[in-house]
Amino acid sequence: MHGANRLGASALMQGLADGYFILPQTVANYLARGSFEEVDKNHTQVQQALNKVKDRIDQLMNAPKAQHSPEYFHQKLGKILWEACGMSREKETLEQAINEISELQKEFWQKIKVTGIDKDLNQTLERAGRVADFIELGVLMCKDALQRQESCGAHARVEYLSAGGEAKRDDEDFSFVAAWEHTEKGAKLHEEHLNFEFIKPTVRNYK
Amino acid sequence: MNFTLHIWRQKLTDKEGDFVTYQIDNIDGDTSFLEMLDQLNEQLILKNEDAIVFDYDCREGICGACSLVINGYPHGEKEATTTCQLYMREYKNEPELWVEPWRANSFPVIKDLTVDRSSFDRIIQSGGYISVHTGSAPEANNTLVEKSASDEAFNAAACIGCGACVAVCPNASATLFVSAKISHLALLPQGDIESDQRAKSMIQSMESEGFGSCSNHRHCEQVCPKGISLQNITRMNKILG
Repeated sequence: MHGANRLGASALMQGLADGYFILPQTVANYLARGSFEEVDKNHTQVQQALNKVKDRIDQLMNAPKAQHSPEYFHQKLGKILWEACGMSREKETLEQAINEISELQKEFWQKIKVTGIDKDLNQTLERAGRVADFIELGVLMCKDALQRQESCGAHARVEYLSAGGEAKRDDEDFSFVAAWEHTEKGAKLHEEHLNFEFIKPTVRNYK
Repeated sequence: MNFTLHIWRQKLTDKEGDFVTYQIDNIDGDTSFLEMLDQLNEQLILKNEDAIVFDYDCREGICGACSLVINGYPHGEKEATTTCQLYMREYKNEPELWVEPWRANSFPVIKDLTVDRSSFDRIIQSGGYISVHTGSAPEANNTLVEKSASDEAFNAAACIGCGACVAVCPNASATLFVSAKISHLALLPQGDIESDQRAKSMIQSMESEGFGSCSNHRHCEQVCPKGISLQNITRMNKILG
């Protein structure tokens, strides 16, 4: 969804639409219609999932050196991505951003401060959980931009521009959708290749 | 600008709530009301206090999530504006602000300034839809719709379901909301067919949810952030016969 797309709005909106509206409906629909084995609270998988969520909430509520709000980390992350992973990107700054975000992630889990309790409606806790996700996604966006050694659409890798400043495509090597799988060892790339039968992608030049 | 804020704090639905006074200074006039509350929350977190819970989503006046009664006015005194689109410059002569949740039995407070508006969802579920599949968009001139009907349907459909009409009504009636939903469907050919049954079901649902009846105070039209007209109530009453 990212990289080989058009303007930011379409990639961003697709992400939001899939994440907020489509996934909750389709997953729930699939689960409601399928015939699955009945599971109760004592099922190992259920217990594992519950414990994982509880651990994460405990970590957010009780960081060892709690001092900064979710907003503080959100703004720091935003600044890094704004500078390094905006419309124009380059290898050096992307690598630097990945390091910076990784540092920020460590700081986050040490210093995130969530006030209130975790047993009622707590928007600070909700936000902290989201920012933790955004940090992971932010690293991934930079990794994705880094592996795509071409300029395609509005996102420009500055190393891959024509003399006139236009995007230089590399359809031989990068005509694929990058789908990243979350694994214990980090993000794993799956290339979903694009085959254009009738209309081939060409260089777009506005001059 | 500096403000003294009296904000309704309530831990749970069935706990007693009360106003708590906060001071916030150096607020830029171009800060939105919700951004001002964000800043206050940042200060509360630093002081190890529980942040104030309030509803928001789009912050551009189209989603209907934000609420707040500010100095007695739902969405503040400024006309045709949601709280998220309200800027602190509007309050340059009002340094003391009272901020409350929507108050109605059918909108129980969940916490602080956030109320449960699922009663509105249940009213919609009782008939705020077209039950037959009308297919995809037909050829434009097959079924003629008068411009005035299309405009009125659109204006009624502009209701974002925020509940300000209920919050201001002395009867806590949801009549303006219900009539807008009934109107925007009844004015168009696909929705017209079921309009009698729909109006009956939705009004019945409104009453069983505990909302009061309309007694023509007409404050709802004044505070509606989308300017939903009272004509919708007239239209609904005609449909109900």
